Amino acid sequence: MWFFTHVWIMPALMAASFVLILLFGKRLPFKGAEVGITAVAICLVFAGATAFNWFTWSADSPKLAENAPEAQAEAAEVGALSEVPNQCSNVVSGLRSSESEGESSASGAEAPAGEAPTSGTSTTEGAAPAIGPGVGESASAAVPAAATSGGSGEETLTRPIVRCASWIDTNEALVTWGTQIDGLAVMMLVIVTIISLLVHIFSTDYVHGDRRYTHYFAFLSLFTGSMLFFVLSQSTLQMIVGWELVGVCSFALIGHWWEEKPNSDAALKAFLTNRVGDVGLLVGMIILFFAAGRSFSILDINILAQEGEIRHGVLLVASLCLITAVMSKSGQFILHTWLPDAMAGPTPVSALIHAATMVVAGIYMVARLYPVFFDGLAISGSSVNALAVVGAVTALFGALLAFVQKDIKKVLAYSTVSQLGFMVTSLAVGAWTAAMFHLFTHAFFKACLFLGAGSLSHACHHSFNMVDDMGGLRKIMPRTFATYLVGTLALAGIFPLSGFWSKDEILTGTGSFPGSDGANGSYHVMMVMLLIAAFCTAAYMTRTIWYAFFGEFRGHGHPHESGPRITVPLIILATLGAVVGIANLPAEFDFLPEGVLTRFEKFVEPVGLYFPAITHASFNPALAVVSVVVALSGMLVSYLYFWKGAFKPLQGLSERNALARRGKAILINKYGFDWLYTTVIVGFVKGPLARATYWFNQTVLDGIVNGVGKGGVRAGQFVYDNIDQTVVDGAVNGAGAAASGSGGVLRHLQTGRIQQYTALFFAAAAILAGVFILFVG
Amino acid sequence: MSAIFAAATTFDVPANVAFGILSVLMVVAAIRVVTTRNVVHAALWLVVVLGGNAVVYLILQAEFLAMTQLLVYIGAIVVLFLFGTMLTRAPLGESDDLDNSQRFLGAVVGVLLLGVIGYAVARTWGTDRLDFAAYELPPRVDGLVAASGNGRTQALANTIFSDYLIPFEVISVLLTGALVGAIVLARRD
Amino acid sequence: MLLNQFLLLAAVLFSVGVYGVIVRKNGVLVLMSVELILNAVNINLIAFSTFWGLSGQVFALFVIAVAAAEVGVGLAIVLLIYRNRRSVDIDQLDELKG
Repeated sequence: MWFFTHVWIMPALMAASFVLILLFGKRLPFKGAEVGITAVAICLVFAGATAFNWFTWSADSPKLAENAPEAQAEAAEVGALSEVPNQCSNVVSGLRSSESEGESSASGAEAPAGEAPTSGTSTTEGAAPAIGPGVGESASAAVPAAATSGGSGEETLTRPIVRCASWIDTNEALVTWGTQIDGLAVMMLVIVTIISLLVHIFSTDYVHGDRRYTHYFAFLSLFTGSMLFFVLSQSTLQMIVGWELVGVCSFALIGHWWEEKPNSDAALKAFLTNRVGDVGLLVGMIILFFAAGRSFSILDINILAQEGEIRHGVLLVASLCLITAVMSKSGQFILHTWLPDAMAGPTPVSALIHAATMVVAGIYMVARLYPVFFDGLAISGSSVNALAVVGAVTALFGALLAFVQKDIKKVLAYSTVSQLGFMVTSLAVGAWTAAMFHLFTHAFFKACLFLGAGSLSHACHHSFNMVDDMGGLRKIMPRTFATYLVGTLALAGIFPLSGFWSKDEILTGTGSFPGSDGANGSYHVMMVMLLIAAFCTAAYMTRTIWYAFFGEFRGHGHPHESGPRITVPLIILATLGAVVGIANLPAEFDFLPEGVLTRFEKFVEPVGLYFPAITHASFNPALAVVSVVVALSGMLVSYLYFWKGAFKPLQGLSERNALARRGKAILINKYGFDWLYTTVIVGFVKGPLARATYWFNQTVLDGIVNGVGKGGVRAGQFVYDNIDQTVVDGAVNGAGAAASGSGGVLRHLQTGRIQQYTALFFAAAAILAGVFILFVG
Repeated sequence: MSAIFAAATTFDVPANVAFGILSVLMVVAAIRVVTTRNVVHAALWLVVVLGGNAVVYLILQAEFLAMTQLLVYIGAIVVLFLFGTMLTRAPLGESDDLDNSQRFLGAVVGVLLLGVIGYAVARTWGTDRLDFAAYELPPRVDGLVAASGNGRTQALANTIFSDYLIPFEVISVLLTGALVGAIVLARRD
Repeated sequence: MLLNQFLLLAAVLFSVGVYGVIVRKNGVLVLMSVELILNAVNINLIAFSTFWGLSGQVFALFVIAVAAAEVGVGLAIVLLIYRNRRSVDIDQLDELKG
């Protein structure tokens, strides 16, 4: 339990490692690598301990019978959220207060969810600690009928542990940040830390003597810390922060050798393409904030979406916005263009960031907010939705692009794009656990493949061009060859390696193959596309094996096997990639002990108020056979073409046949996306749009401003001439003229003759007296 | 004492007739003063006016004033006027050069004044009759009442030398000053 | 006898005297017109003294005295003017004209 509440130490530790390496790294004996490796190792131990605790924790979680009465079910579900303090989730606190008020009726959960925002903010945190363990125990005690030992009509409720601190506290909303531990987070912690540690060790050999060795390790630490921060997020705002942080680290690490312009260009391309998707992220998160009653808490959003408190239209719009974010971060079509270019960075970086961890941030985000997508895209019961289309297209077209690459890392990059498409499709058809399991296995074997490519280039004078600079390395680099082969077979999905289990589960989850029942929908087109992509995957991976390991050595110098710091991580990853498939053996394998089956699903897939009730397709042996056959046939085709030289007419087809040449050109130009983005869109903005804006500014705006100025001057002139000179001066001069004129006239009164004065005097006196007498007297 | 005064104040037709003739005469004489072309004639017409004034005083039972008027005005002032006329070589006989150009204005002013004053007077004292009840001696403390029966002159003298003593002295100083001033001004140095 | 008849007589004499003051060019004639005015005033005073006591007669007496003084001094001035200018035309005394 202590690990659950103190899991924030992991990102904090990696951040501290970042700062320490930056400040002191150059002076240390290993130039900062030891700080990074130590920190990651500690985090790995921590993650392992957390995972182990999670196993026991979820074993102790209350169980709920499937046919339990609704009131009891809701009470149990609310009780399962006992480790969520009131401060961290308005909805949960609202549910809790309505539970404790009176005996819950069927509508008890609906009303407080509506008024949760107001009651949630007024409930102080003082209630949280008291409720925590007590309610948890009482909840588990309040489900007596269901607490029988596990039968098939029973499920274990997931009890997430959430801890948060207040971040922004206003009258309108309380924004918190903290950690949310459930199976998904624990799985990601393990993945990130294992791969990060192996990459750290690999890097000590690979980037040895680099111009910015210390800086590199600092950013590796920062990236690991950011990824952990992102994975442990309790609120969507925190997720946005982590999302951006990993983007920044990606930018820094891709452009590690920024002195060469292609590298800095690639870094910028990655960052800016991600930025385009981030617009969708922000808009989607804001929509969800308002939809969930002004709350950023992930639990709030999920519970409200799951309970149907958010309108379907709102969820659909939010899903579409978030799909844009997934497209950019996880390399889906159409914002995938940055991922192949990101191979300009060092290979360990590619292994860590662009294979195993950062690119799965989008997948993770969808998985975390799954109720939003499940309800928004109406995954259950349909045969197509936007996310599925995106994922399937990515899977297929990414795989096709891998066929024309000479750079081995680019092949692996497109392979990553394709596999991410698999994961996205899996989420889109409702096979949540399949996607997460594929994420889990893919991390291992893809990292193994990337590090293997690094090992190859290390031997071939840092060249990745497998067509021109490699070949025949099978005997010279046996360990690299063996691990690479294992990785390829796992990627292709050959039984019994891990890739088979996860890929097969995805295919089953599409619900299209006859005989597979229990799936959430029936996504026929997706399954076909995924099968074709699987065929292509096997084929192009075999192609790379041919080019890299077989044939004559076409490069320079004398390649040799890499040192232990490179090969040991390869071996570890290959082993993991091979065996980890047993974590999620299908439930239909009842010839094996109960506790061995679907362990991954049990520990990772949430069950409860905040997760939709997805169904799992049952294992279909026919489909399994079909998928293996497809993979083997892909490998066979490649084998025949490269090893045996078969399909002679196909060789050099693009030189002879115009249509083939056109097709190959399309693939080499990556379907013209780069041309579209760079020349058309950016060129338009920089060219005609900028010129038009400039014209508008100079002519219209400046014209207005100058016109106003000139008008002001003319108005001033007018006022001066007409009003100042004529009227005002006229008045002034006129007053003077009147004075002098009247003086000139009145002067004649003063004749100096007394009798005239006398006459006037007497006249005036008479008149005055007359007036006085008439009007006053 | 008032009986002495009151009893003699029954005015009747003779008095009114006398007054009427007198007033006409005076007005005509006054107009001749200001319109005649002969300076000496103007002085003589002035004599008529002044004499008429004295008679008016008599009608009003102010005998001492009447005598004083005759003595001072006609006896001294008119003589002075005549001397002045001679000394300034005023044109003797008819002369056209005695009026300035303001005759119309003057007439207007005169008529205006006359109208205003006449209207005011007529409105205020409509038909008040004269009575001589006010001709009484002011009461004296030490019994120095005029027992001599010299009538109004005595009373007038008493009034001057008791109530208006200081103005009397001032008038004498004034006359002295005027005398000295006239001499100073008219001296031929 | 009405009071008004004396007052009206005085008013007429007064107006005529004002006319004379305004119209006459010779200085001596102006002084004569001033005498007319003063006499009119005297009639007024004495007519009112029948109402208000002997003060009116006293005042009239003082007026006569002052008139005498004034005529003496005035004629002295006219004499001086004649000596300086060889004429007593008041219209020529316009040094103060504006």
